Amino acid sequence: MYTQAMDIPDESGKKLAAVSNAPSDQEAAFEARIDADGRIEPQDWMPDAYRRTLVRQISQHAHSEIVGMLPEGNWISRAPSLKRKAILIAKVQDEGGHGLYLYSAAETLGTSREQMLEGLHSGKAKYSSIFNYPTLNWADVGVIGWLVDGAAIMNQVPLCRCSYGPYARAMVRVCKEESFHQRQGYEALLVMMKGTDEQRAMVQDAVNRYWWKCLAMFGPPDADSPHSAQGMRWGIKRISNDDLRQKFIDATVPQAKVLGVTLPDPELKWNEARGHYDYGQIDWAEFWNTVEGNGPCNKERLATRVKAHNDGQWVRDAAQAYARKQKERALKEAA
Amino acid sequence: MSTPIDYLLHLADNAVVLGQRNAEWCGHGPILEEDMALANVSLDLIGQARLLYQRAAELMGGDASEDKLAYFRGPHEFRNYTLLELPHHGALVGYAAADRDYATTIVRNFLYSALMVHVWDGLQQSADASLAAIAAKSLKETSYHLHHSRDWLVRMGDGTEESHARAQAAVNHLMPYTEEFWTTSPAEGAAVAAKVAIDVWALRPAWDALVNDALEQATLTRPNFHGYVTEGKIGLHSEHLSYLLGEMQGLARAHPGATW
Repeated sequence: MYTQAMDIPDESGKKLAAVSNAPSDQEAAFEARIDADGRIEPQDWMPDAYRRTLVRQISQHAHSEIVGMLPEGNWISRAPSLKRKAILIAKVQDEGGHGLYLYSAAETLGTSREQMLEGLHSGKAKYSSIFNYPTLNWADVGVIGWLVDGAAIMNQVPLCRCSYGPYARAMVRVCKEESFHQRQGYEALLVMMKGTDEQRAMVQDAVNRYWWKCLAMFGPPDADSPHSAQGMRWGIKRISNDDLRQKFIDATVPQAKVLGVTLPDPELKWNEARGHYDYGQIDWAEFWNTVEGNGPCNKERLATRVKAHNDGQWVRDAAQAYARKQKERALKEAA
Repeated sequence: MSTPIDYLLHLADNAVVLGQRNAEWCGHGPILEEDMALANVSLDLIGQARLLYQRAAELMGGDASEDKLAYFRGPHEFRNYTLLELPHHGALVGYAAADRDYATTIVRNFLYSALMVHVWDGLQQSADASLAAIAAKSLKETSYHLHHSRDWLVRMGDGTEESHARAQAAVNHLMPYTEEFWTTSPAEGAAVAAKVAIDVWALRPAWDALVNDALEQATLTRPNFHGYVTEGKIGLHSEHLSYLLGEMQGLARAHPGATW
């Protein structure tokens, strides 16, 4: 599905400022490649801090995809038509696929999926906070496609040009699928808006609950964004949080008009001089409270991931035991 | 040549009910790859159900539609095998709650797909060209479902002590429900008589061979059967179907006439 601006600190990023002890010629070659807008590949030398930042960012992104399966998964069993059910299953499955590519991309940096999952399950690693809000009616599924995936695309398209090759390549495919999801979400809402009063009310209710959370997805204002400057320098981040947020708002307001919904911000209006929409204050206290684990669904989301992992232990053990036996049998036969 | 509607509904209800069950793993799978595999199986089954309901609706005429058939019929009108509506755990009453057990899911998918590869294969020659086309598409998908579930059945049976015990418990629990495959419902009888369907009874040796071979490789034992043969395909279900349908149909039924 998507990632929020990846400058949310977590345990893996604490040593970000560590000084690399590598020889300076390697460092110089790395810096030169970054300056030339070239790609860094897994076998290339890279500063420890660059590696750690990427592991943190890519794993947060992967965790977001996996946790993000839950709020939409909540409506699969109740989808109101078989067509919508199939679309939703396919979408949630795509998110699982994004998680897989991203875990694989992060593994090229020398961290195993098991280690990354341990970070998620222990609460040390973060994931996108948008998934800590509940999906309360069917229109939430469409709104997540339209707004949440829409915000994700704004965040992620620049990552296709990220300096780290495996991440950039994974993002090319992720972005294609995300724009498909966004159009599907918007189309589902268009159909509902043409339907009954109750359907229209569902859409408006979902927009009211998700609009501000989506704006917060772009991360803290540039002035308060701890890792942005270094991320820009390294070509891991290309556009600032505030610029992306503005771009999202400017693109979304006309779409809301076509749809016939009201965006819940009385201060939202076109500013001729700026050539952009002005908007109201985001509740950052609420955002940080949720990031820190105290939102409406943090505990349920994380506990569900942990339970799935723990309940699945015997299945993974069985696969490994069987593979080991097969190997032993092959060796015996060969002997 | 057209197929008796009740027979199409039997095939469609099988697919939608098992599709609904498989999708329950979405976000809860034992490993990400399996989460996605089961979503894929579910997606195939929902796709099969849609085509079959569409064909049934076409034959029924009037305002029949795939969603009317899936969402606005009660449990007693569903024609699926009882096996497919069971929750992902051992024998418990309808309102009991228990953790999902992956062995139950895999064994059920295996027993059903081992039947359906033969059913779809036969239906490719159906005198109903629409059904034959659906069968050709479904056969490819079901072959994958069989491959997937058989691989896991063997891994579980020949894996660890715990996985072996769980797989054996699931086989013991589910195998009796497969007896329903071998009875002939009025809908099946009519479809065979109309030469649009094959006689499932005739598939039994092939199914037995597939199942016995997999169980042997998985070091599992096939239980002896005696007792009640389920009758879901004539509308007499377990306590579990009404819960499944209650959840599946609730939103659509709260807004009759709405378009989604």
